[in-house]
Amino acid sequence: MASLSPVAVSVPEAGHGGGSTPPRYGGDGGGPGDGYPDYGRRLRRARLGLAVALAPILMFFVSLASAYIVRQGLPTFDEKSNTYIRDWNPTDLPLAMLLANTGLLAASSLTAELARRQITRQAALAPVRSIPGVSLGNETGFPWLYVTVLLGAGFLVGQWLAWQEMANRGYYLATNPSSSFVYLLTAAHGIHLAGGAVVLLYAAVVSLFHKPIEARRIVVDVTAWYWHFLFLLWVGIFAFLWFLR
Amino acid sequence: MATSAPVHAHAAPQGFIRKYVFSLDHKVIGLQYYFLALVAVFVGMFLSLLMRIHMIWPTAALPAIGEIKPETYLSLLTMHGTIMVFFVLTTAPQSGFGNYFLPIQIGAPDMAFPVLNMLSFWTTLAAFVVLVSAFFVSGGAPLHGWTGYAPLSALTNSGPGEQLGADLWITSIALFSVASLMGALNFITTILDLRARGMTMMRMPLTCWAWFVTAILGLLAFGVLLSAGILLLLDRNLGTSFYVPLVVVNGQVMGHRGGSPLLWQHLFWFFGHPEVYIAILPGMGVTSQVLSTFSRKPIFGYKAMVYAIMAIGFLGFVVWGHHMFMSGMSPYSAFAFSIMTMLIGVPSAIKTFNWLGTIHGGRVRFQTPMLYAIGFVSLFVSGGLSGPFLAQPVLDIPLHDTYFVVGHFHLIMGVAAIFGIFAATYYWFPKMFGRMMNETWGRVHFVITLIGTYAIFMPMHYLGMAGQTRRYSQFTEVQYMTGLIPLQTFMTYAAFITIGAQLIFLFNFFWSMFKGPKASDNPWEATTLEWTTATPPPHDNFGGHTPVVHHGPYEYSVPGAAKDYVMQTDPAGAAAH
Repeated sequence: MASLSPVAVSVPEAGHGGGSTPPRYGGDGGGPGDGYPDYGRRLRRARLGLAVALAPILMFFVSLASAYIVRQGLPTFDEKSNTYIRDWNPTDLPLAMLLANTGLLAASSLTAELARRQITRQAALAPVRSIPGVSLGNETGFPWLYVTVLLGAGFLVGQWLAWQEMANRGYYLATNPSSSFVYLLTAAHGIHLAGGAVVLLYAAVVSLFHKPIEARRIVVDVTAWYWHFLFLLWVGIFAFLWFLR
Repeated sequence: MATSAPVHAHAAPQGFIRKYVFSLDHKVIGLQYYFLALVAVFVGMFLSLLMRIHMIWPTAALPAIGEIKPETYLSLLTMHGTIMVFFVLTTAPQSGFGNYFLPIQIGAPDMAFPVLNMLSFWTTLAAFVVLVSAFFVSGGAPLHGWTGYAPLSALTNSGPGEQLGADLWITSIALFSVASLMGALNFITTILDLRARGMTMMRMPLTCWAWFVTAILGLLAFGVLLSAGILLLLDRNLGTSFYVPLVVVNGQVMGHRGGSPLLWQHLFWFFGHPEVYIAILPGMGVTSQVLSTFSRKPIFGYKAMVYAIMAIGFLGFVVWGHHMFMSGMSPYSAFAFSIMTMLIGVPSAIKTFNWLGTIHGGRVRFQTPMLYAIGFVSLFVSGGLSGPFLAQPVLDIPLHDTYFVVGHFHLIMGVAAIFGIFAATYYWFPKMFGRMMNETWGRVHFVITLIGTYAIFMPMHYLGMAGQTRRYSQFTEVQYMTGLIPLQTFMTYAAFITIGAQLIFLFNFFWSMFKGPKASDNPWEATTLEWTTATPPPHDNFGGHTPVVHHGPYEYSVPGAAKDYVMQTDPAGAAAH
């Protein structure tokens, strides 16, 4: 019966402010009942949306990577010697710092998963809590969301420090095509990660404003998957920059 | 039971701002896109008229504009192309009609992510404002063409308009890319997740298939354009050398070295070629819908049509190199791109054959939407036949920088897609506004537009074969081209008349919106879901219930049926299928 009554709902960020009344439409036999939004379907739809959204993000990075490979192989005309030379000087990457950052991001991916499982459990128990006379205690749990955001911020700060180190070694954005691509790929990844961190922070903060746990769960769930994707993407970018330098 | 339960999650808005400005309703957003495209197309047409005037009267001083200088001509060319490709051909058929009718045709109450939908419209509008503002900044609009070839586009001192104007152009393209990605994401999720019960993929109208494949193309192509644009901005403003080799501008050695202008071409055309299909596929969908409805026959070869759309979409991603035969690419690559390009002729021919098969033997109703759909087929064939010529490097090299190419892409991508938009407008106007458009003025508009556009663009093929170069602002003093001036003059007059005829459309459109005769819920006796609901559709599209689909989309003249059409929701006769 799941395909009986498709429902259009705003994305989870939509209804804050004045419009926070839960949308009212009926269950379809398998749903939780009248007047109660079908969060299962919303979650499925949000995950599908995320899966679709990953395609252009991948295309974006793949196109940069192919530009990298093309540019790496191009000879450059040298006006002094009047010949074509190879001007690609591999950037001296601060390996130890980048490895440490990778460790931070790996840890944040793990905590994001813990946050996702935690809120999934809380959302599953939410109906039980509403039964009169049933108390599950004030189970707030460990703040994995905040830890994830902190670790993500730590990664971004670490990337910033790695940039500083590259600059100390004489590699700026326009120094060499190699360094241009290093800055570009790390910045593009960082911006994507910062976006994810903002959404996670939003999910953490709205818990203070009595947003339904099921709605928050959708935000956390989808962003956690996005976070894992960004971790894998970073590993890919890092390996690419290192092995194809 | 689900079908009787209220299904709309966001309640109907009350205030004017929430209802018509920052609306979450896909129908309002669709109309917003449509009106944006309507404004854009008149701006774009006006620019083309200035170019046509300049062609034959190069020294004429125009009122309020003055004399058009060569660099102004290039700015007009750039802005005309950019506005038309992005804000008309991509905006109206996909974002406009797609937004309005995709959810209704699959039986959904709205798009999957309404807030994202609203954001994508406002980002598109911002992109348009940023683009047009390039006219008013110091140096004026950029002159690097809609294709933005580096190094012209990558150097801030390569010409007037290449300073702030070019930065605004790139920013606009980047914003448009982001908006298109949001839109594509919404379209794909909506189709995969929000179809009504019984609406299997193979029961979707071909319009929905076209919007679906177009969204996939957009999803994969616009990310690449975005990355190309970012590299261009870095080259222009932060001294990198992705696209710029060692160059000397006005005797001054620039700081760049080692970049490759071809890198831009590859990235741009990897987006640019699918973009051509982004513009034309929705028109193909509408044409299929209209031809079937007005021939009172099922579409000929529904499955073949679906697979042809997919094949065109796939091939669209592997042929970008045919825009670059002039760049000195390896003959082996050129050969591969050439073969792949000519392969597109196969699904295109399947579609054309099926359209003709649909009309053949039908009880054809020659109403305005049908006329435009037939016009689409005509233009698609006329413009398409020159494709296999240009797909061959040996022919493309002499023809590439001539008017032959201008004629080719205007017929197939520009005018054919516009005819798709017109067919859709005349066809869906009754559903959108609850009134009929004037049929007589519609026919007059069609006849003038069809003859007029052929009169403008068909001679371009001859001009090209005679060696008339494109992109040049002035040719009247070039001896070997002087013999072509009468033909150019004819084309300019044809442009005046054709553009004038669009005022008929504009008048008919707005007059009918308020004064046209009231439309019934299903004035064309069509079968798809949008014709089962009220006119105009209520906020949740189906008045509190979701439809259940029992039939395919084109069941006309079904033997044994009570009427000559069977609605998709009609339970009667369902057992037979």
